[in-house]
Order: sequence, then structure tokens, then C-alpha cells
Amino acid sequence: MSIAVRFQQVSRHYGAVRAVDDLNLEIAEGEFFALLGPSGSGKTTCLRLIAGFEQPTAGHIEIFGERAEGVPPYLRNVNTVFQDYALFPHLNVIDNVAFGLMVRGVDAKARRKQAEEALELVKLSGFGDRKPGQLSGGQRQRVALARALINRPKVLLLDEPLGALDLKLREQMQDELKSLQKSLNITFVFVTHDQGEALSMADRVAVFNHGKIMQAGTPEDIYQRPHSRFVADFVGSSNLLPPVLVKSVGGPERWASLRPEALSIAPEGQPERARGKVAALTYLGASVRIALDVGGERLTMVLPARGTLPAVGEDVPLHWDDDALHVMEDEK
Amino acid sequence: MHSDRNRSSFGLKLAAAGGLIFMHLPIVLIFVYAFTTEEHSYQWPPPGLTLKWFEAAWNRPDVWEALWLSVRVSTVSTLIALILGSLCAAAVSGSKFFGRETISLLVILPIALPGIITGIALRSAFSLADIPFSFWTIVLGHATFCVVVVYNNAVARFRRLSGSLVEAAMDLGADQFQTFRYVILPNIGTALLAGGMLAFALSFDEVIVTTFTAGQQSTLPIWMLEELVRPRQRPVTNVVAMVVVLVTFLPILAAYYFTRGGSDVEGQGK
Repeated sequence: MSIAVRFQQVSRHYGAVRAVDDLNLEIAEGEFFALLGPSGSGKTTCLRLIAGFEQPTAGHIEIFGERAEGVPPYLRNVNTVFQDYALFPHLNVIDNVAFGLMVRGVDAKARRKQAEEALELVKLSGFGDRKPGQLSGGQRQRVALARALINRPKVLLLDEPLGALDLKLREQMQDELKSLQKSLNITFVFVTHDQGEALSMADRVAVFNHGKIMQAGTPEDIYQRPHSRFVADFVGSSNLLPPVLVKSVGGPERWASLRPEALSIAPEGQPERARGKVAALTYLGASVRIALDVGGERLTMVLPARGTLPAVGEDVPLHWDDDALHVMEDEK
Repeated sequence: MHSDRNRSSFGLKLAAAGGLIFMHLPIVLIFVYAFTTEEHSYQWPPPGLTLKWFEAAWNRPDVWEALWLSVRVSTVSTLIALILGSLCAAAVSGSKFFGRETISLLVILPIALPGIITGIALRSAFSLADIPFSFWTIVLGHATFCVVVVYNNAVARFRRLSGSLVEAAMDLGADQFQTFRYVILPNIGTALLAGGMLAFALSFDEVIVTTFTAGQQSTLPIWMLEELVRPRQRPVTNVVAMVVVLVTFLPILAAYYFTRGGSDVEGQGK
């Protein structure tokens, strides 16, 4: 499999601000790749570097083996779905979608046909004559998607594509984007600050902070085996165990993460790894979230709601599997 | 007397009507005097009505000369203003740079500055630089305020034009020219048209700056001013006044309708 996008020691500085700092990244062809991070972490700059709206201060960017720095956006076989959709307000939906073909000189009849096919792909047939102002947020997003896909890009960039949609629509679009990506077999690179979105949609995720990639890997990797406290904290509601506590439960004197659902109450007669005092119980429907006080640290445990549950104030023996306690290599 | 919230009192209506009449009656008088048979003084009521002054105006070469000069000056000033004003608006609204607000203020300043100051300043600058008065000195004087009118119209529209639209166009394969032609121009076109028409109208009836930069040349307004002092066939001036009203009023009216229609072009509301 070939490499769709490669960053080699890429930096983008704005004066003293290092938006992207000495970054290495490889995105494989056909991959659904998420750039995840808090705002200002450099993920959007990274996307704009691929699109060509920004040029690197240092380093090299390759898109399908071709050097990209210095190449203007309109000569790159890459298209973008913008966060605010950026639909042309003076054009109707068909002309918006066909814009890429129009500037390439495709004749009016052929581009109308292709635009209608693209609209069909995003389930917006029959909306061609409307103006963007007459569409809902979800419909505008679909138009933006059709407009970007009509050029058959090698890489589709999506900048917080679902950010402006309400929750229900967002979940629906997540599924649709995913299946669209699989059927078209185009490399998707999308930026998000929503870890749930990144984990559920992406084949691989890169977690950004301060212009650097903290960790890149499959969602499972990122979630189960975070390398740093930042990743563990940002990617999910994980328990962070300080070195002292890790050592007291038999680990090395390093930071470690322990997922709430990996914790359980040790059955009678089984060895216990630690003891915790139940501080609070929160009923979540299918499960119960239990706040524990373990050696002065507040840990969270999630248990299925059926079965016997401890009472507040009770001192319970705790169990977890050997591989559940993940020691973070990058943290001292 | 008790009146409803939305109904104004008779006194207020009377005052409003009085104000409107005071503003517009003199203009009607100018029109009426274009038809009077009395040549030497403004006599009310006109002793008789005639159309002969239209013919007289038509046959006066000095009228044609002044009109032609005015049309040329206004057209060229407007063209210069369209180019410089829209470029300046694009720069100020499209990017952030040091001194942006200052530049914005400096561009607008000529219209806030009294025309007489602009006029004196330009005149002394021309004489310092030994530039003889010509068509171009008038154009230069007019361009100072025409640029502002175009700039003001264009900058408001540019601000509403989301920056990502330009990026979207380039992302979809449009080069700089295509982006301008297919995305920027359609979105700022009506604003430019409106600004251009206002600039033309302003330039066409400008007197003060022109007085200082024209030398011996007469634009139409200057010609009218001279006619008032040394009248020859007095009603001809009134005929020319009607022409000036038409030439300036129609573009302003059109500009008003263009900008009004333009507000729903934005559509996306952001």
C-alpha cells in the first residue's frame, strides 16, 4: 500500500508561535485518518498544509509521492470540506457542486449530469435548484461533501465536518461518511476535537498537542495503550495512576492508566490487587459508575448494573487483568 | 387631543409637510423657470411658457463643451475609484497587517475633510510640483473622494464575504483569476456598481475641489456657477440644471436599488 500523505519534519511557525512543530506523519492510501486534539494543537494547520492554504516553514510534504510545498491549492488533487461549508452563496446547489468541473472547462451538460450524480451520492437529489441559504445545516454539509467529491480527489480533507450539526444528525453522518469512504476508497483525513468521533470513525488517529503528535495509532491502541498522560486524559475518561500508587500495586514506579471498565470487585477467595473505599455511586442505566478512594487517589470503576453492588462507604477488594494496567512509556 | 401611538398629531404632519416643501419647492422652481418666456429675471409667476430654451441650450457650444468635460472627468474618476477602491477594500478586509486601521482611516479621510481643504491642498501641491492644470488635475481631485465612496461600499461587502469562500474556490481548482471572476466578483459586483454610480454622481456635480484644480476649464457645475454671475439667456442654465439632476439622480436611485437587492444575495447569513 502506498503512502498518500507524508510529512517529514514539517514545521509551520507564525512568529514565535509553533503551530506545527517538527512533525512526522504518514497517512496510507485508502485510510480514514483522524487528526485529534484540543483547539490550537495544530491539527487544523496540518490539514491546511495538506490542502495548500499554508506552506511549511521547514520540512517536506509529499502527496502520493509528489513534493507538495510550493504547489498552489488549485493544482493539488486534494479537496476540502470546510468547517463552515463555504458554499458559494450566489450559486444554486447544482452550480456549487459543479464548480470544480466548471473551472476545469467541462461542458455544461456533462457537469450537470455529474453534479446530479454527486448529489445522489449524498442523498440530496432534487435539491439542485435551491440556494445554499435555503438549506438546513445537514443539507449544506452534504452539498459541501458532494462539491468536494466531484473532482475525484485522491485525498479528501474534512475540517470538523460534523461540528455544526446536532447530536442525532452527527451520529447519522458519522455512519454515512464511514460507508462513503469505504465505497469510494478515497483517503479521508479529518480534523476533530471530539475523541468519540475520532475513535468511532477513523482507522488510525493522531493525537495532537502543542503542534506535535503525541501518539498515532489505531483507535484501540490510542484508547487502551496511551503513551502519555495527555493522551490518556484527552482520549477517554481513564484513571491516571501516579507512580507511587503504581508501585504499591506491584508495577514500576511510572505513571499508568487503568480504564474504568477494566476495574472490578475481586471475587471471594481471589487475590486482590488493591482495596478501595466506595465514595459515590452513579446509576447510568446499563452500568453503574463507582467513585473509589484508593490510597488517597480518586479512581473510577464502571460495573454492570445487574449483580450485587457495593454500598457507599464500603471497603472493597479490587481486581484487574494483568494487561489492563498500562504503564506509560513517555511519562517519567 | 388624544392620538394613537402610531398616529401622529396634525401639527407634526403639518411640520413634516412644511419641511418637505421647503426642501423640494426650490427644485420645482428651477424646473419651472426652464420654461419661462422671461429671459432676464426670475419673475413669478412666469409670464408665459415656452420650449425654446431647450433648443437654445442645444445650440450653445459652451454647454456641450462643459457637459462633455464633466462626463469624461466623472467617468475616468469613477474607473480609477473602482480599481483603487476595491483593491484597497480587499486588502483591508482580507488580511490583518500592522497599521490596517490607520490605512482604513486615511482612505476615508478625504470625504470627511472639507472640499475646500482638499482643493487648496491639491492646488498648492500642483503649483509646487509645477503641474499645469489639465483634465487630469480635475480627475485627480475627484478621485480623492470617489475612491472613498467605492471603498466604503466594497469593504462592507468584503467583510461579509467569508474568507473560506476564496479558499474553497481555489481548493476546487480555480486559479486566482477564476476565483475573482466566478466567486469574488459576483459577490461584490452590486456593491461595486452602487459605489461606482454614487462616485459618478458625486463627481458630476462637484464644484469646490474642481474650482481649485480646473484652471480655465469649465465642468458643467462650474459653467452653471459662471452663468449665474454673468447670465446670458438665463433660462438655459435652468435647462442644464434639469440635465444635471437627471444625470446624478438616476444613478443614485439605481445604486439604492442595487444595494437593497444585494442584501439577500448573501444568503448564508454569516
